[in-house]
Amino acid sequence: MALLEVREVTKKFGQLVANDRISFSVEEGSIVGLIGPNGAGKTTLFNCISGLFKPEGGQVVFDGKDITGEPPYRIARMGAVRTFQVVRPLKDMSVLENVLVGAFLRTSDRGEALTRAEECLRLCNLTAYRDRMAGDLPIGGKKRLEMARALATGPRLLMLDEVMAGLNTTELKAALDVILRLRDSGITLMVVEHVMEGIMPIADKVVVLDGGTKIAEDIPARIVRDERVIEAYLGAKYGRRLKNGTQGGSRD
Amino acid sequence: MMNTKVIDLKDALWLLLLAVLALLPLVPFVSGSFFGMHVLILVLLFASMAQAWNIIGGYCGQVSFGHSVFFGIGAYGAGMAVVTYGGLPWGGILAGMVLAAVVAVIISYPCFKLTGHYFAIATFAIVEIFNRAFLVWEWVGGALGLDYPVIEEGLANLMWYETKEGYYYCALGLFVIVFGIVRWLESHRFGYYMRAVREGQETAESLGVNSTAVKLGAMAISAALAALCGSFFVQYNLRVDPPMVMSLDMSMKFVLVTILGGSGTLAGPLLGAAVLIPLQEYTRAFWGGLGGGVDLMIFGVLIIVIVIKEPAGIIGILAGIGKSLARRGGTAQGGA
Amino acid sequence: METFAQVVLDGLLSGMVYALVAAGLCLIWGVMDVINFAHGEYLMIAMYVSYWLGFLANIDPVVSVIAAGVFIFIIGALTYLLIIRYTVGKPPLAALLATFGLAMFLKNLCLNRFSPNFLILSDTWLGGKTFQLGGLIFPAPQLAAAALALIVVGLVYLLINSTRFGWAVQATAMDREAAELMGIDTERIYILIFGIGGACVGIAGGIMPSYLAVHPEVGSLFGLIAFVCVAMGGFGSIPGAFLAGLLVGVAEALAGFYIAPVFKYIAVFGLYLAVVFLRPKGIFGW
Ligand SMILES: Nc1ncnc2c1ncn2[C@@H]1O[C@H](COP(=O)(O)OP(=O)(O)OP(=O)(O)O)[C@@H](O)[C@H]1O
Ligand SMILES: [Mg+2]
Repeated sequence: MALLEVREVTKKFGQLVANDRISFSVEEGSIVGLIGPNGAGKTTLFNCISGLFKPEGGQVVFDGKDITGEPPYRIARMGAVRTFQVVRPLKDMSVLENVLVGAFLRTSDRGEALTRAEECLRLCNLTAYRDRMAGDLPIGGKKRLEMARALATGPRLLMLDEVMAGLNTTELKAALDVILRLRDSGITLMVVEHVMEGIMPIADKVVVLDGGTKIAEDIPARIVRDERVIEAYLGAKYGRRLKNGTQGGSRD
Repeated sequence: MMNTKVIDLKDALWLLLLAVLALLPLVPFVSGSFFGMHVLILVLLFASMAQAWNIIGGYCGQVSFGHSVFFGIGAYGAGMAVVTYGGLPWGGILAGMVLAAVVAVIISYPCFKLTGHYFAIATFAIVEIFNRAFLVWEWVGGALGLDYPVIEEGLANLMWYETKEGYYYCALGLFVIVFGIVRWLESHRFGYYMRAVREGQETAESLGVNSTAVKLGAMAISAALAALCGSFFVQYNLRVDPPMVMSLDMSMKFVLVTILGGSGTLAGPLLGAAVLIPLQEYTRAFWGGLGGGVDLMIFGVLIIVIVIKEPAGIIGILAGIGKSLARRGGTAQGGA
Repeated sequence: METFAQVVLDGLLSGMVYALVAAGLCLIWGVMDVINFAHGEYLMIAMYVSYWLGFLANIDPVVSVIAAGVFIFIIGALTYLLIIRYTVGKPPLAALLATFGLAMFLKNLCLNRFSPNFLILSDTWLGGKTFQLGGLIFPAPQLAAAALALIVVGLVYLLINSTRFGWAVQATAMDREAAELMGIDTERIYILIFGIGGACVGIAGGIMPSYLAVHPEVGSLFGLIAFVCVAMGGFGSIPGAFLAGLLVGVAEALAGFYIAPVFKYIAVFGLYLAVVFLRPKGIFGW
């Protein structure tokens, strides 16, 4: 049975349907990529799964239990933990303390939590920043802190919202390495990314959203050849760039 | 490891301070002065009150102006045990603490749904309601309040007439209890959770923290300790009436002492009390005769200056000094 | 039935004065998101101004209203320039605590200068006079105060909602930076808003010695009631504050008459809690 099942989830903001009857499932131990152009509804879907939003329709089933409308802390305790695309450091706490808050989810013993936190800091390459105030970190550091903190909670499903945005090639490679290591340690991952190059080689499956609806769900090799995906996503973003033969360009 | 050593050093400093405080009354210069002892006792009491408030207001970030209610409940707990029922204060103290915690949870649950000024004003309103209700409530003594009878002095009755040493050591005990609890909380999961809720409630929730439970728990502990301070207060004054304990001015003292010293820090409440209380008592003694009010005028200006100039409080000033010293040390080394 | 109507009438009359006191606070809160804790002390000072003008120069409070309004306008502007300006960007409660310090200073300054005694102005034009209409008794001073309150609140509402200045105020309230980009001198707006907010409460305090004794503590309770009205009405909404002022006045009068005088304020503060527990942003808030 799948670890996470999203069934017909619908979320509206007034007139705007940010998620329109979206369904897919995430198998235990897999890496699922969630992609789509700006405003496609990826973050909204994370919010619905993690309990920050209550969807107007549909169900979210985690580990066989219906978690729709449960408060976020309970969903996190069950093992589905997310990061925030717009980073939310606990500003007046040190980097270590931020990660400790996560680590305390699975133990009330400070020593044990400390060990776990240090390990997550190392994994996310934050050890050098350990005692800095989280609010003072550079943006890249804050992104890694998001990940370290979520990781420290010992999740079964880790939902990463654009943690790799703005990384250079070497950093990206390191980040992908970390994700693979996490997968190998038994964590299921759902990864939202703009950086297609990043997610494609490691994902077991990719779900594509556009304008609030799911337009494709398949293995990466077929996704990159899917007509609708190329049109909606690659077409708008990479296709044009490739065609025109220009380099660089804006992130969006 | 480095880290544990630093913590040990800090705790050692605290123990040293406690030892000094414990031995202070043995110094004849202090113990001979009735007024000096009085100021010391008040410093310890207000440091404890501020520390109790610090739990919910500083660490957990929920700025309550309602703590005089819990303080008052504690005061009435002890006061009624002695005056109304003619017994020892201890049962009343305990009952007051429990009741304050219960009342705090019941009141706070709806209040926590309010934000910013709406929350602050709700806590003002609650103080005013309790104040008025106690004024007309005959069972608790109404507007006349409770006056302690003359009974045997000593620890059992928690009462002394001739000397202040007994009160001093009780105040020290209170201080140790309250600071000890906060020190313990600070280094355990609950302490981290409180700060996480302060820094970002949604973020904390996304990490599995039940923010409502954390806030209510912090409020309950804070209220119970405020009540404990209230019972000491009534035992020290040997009388209580509603305006004495349940007033906005009293609530403000909890907040001001903490913020002056540095809220959300262990040392802040002590620093705040150590500066504000002597200042208050000595200006009152010196200028109290000039038609009244001069002491509080100075106090008012002081509050304005501190809030404007150093919102991080005395701790902030000390940290600033420490940093500039370190920088000077650093450049000196670099230059050599 | 007649008593009931009379009690409600008394409540409405004092409610209008609350509304005026609250309108000043509301303006400041709405534009700057600041609670001015010294608002009640402004009222107290205005009462002293009016009292001393009456006592020393034999000027009636009805006239002194103008002087009191101007005086508190200046105090309000000074409060902004000397204190509030420096709390911008500090923790949200900085302004509240700083103005608490100011309130403490002003209250004790008056205590020191004028003693804690209750000062009563005798032989005012309106003092003690009443009108009768349809079986209801209208006390003249309260009636005048209520009428004045109605006029001033109306003027303030018009000022904010249908003048160029009001438009600039609203723009500043919405987004200070954007307002600056549009060429609005927001610093000046803030000074004026603090001044006007002060003038409102100054006018209310100016007329009060016609029927109320003056003493250093008189402002505290009015200040608290003003907080309650503003919050009950909803963030910066002048009609909201006005409605809340009336509700508070009536609740106070009814509880005071039908239960016992001390229950006046239990009713007022209880009403506030009841309203915000149901509507956390006040009646007109969103
Ligand atoms: N809280 C909100 N209130 C109103 N509209 C919202 C809210 N959150 C998101 N939206 C809207 O819903 C749509 C989907 O937004 P969402 O953030 O989920 O997109 P996304 O796929 O994560 O985009 P991006 O790649 O830019 O992060 C957008 O049109 C957005 O403006
Ligand atoms: Mg997004």
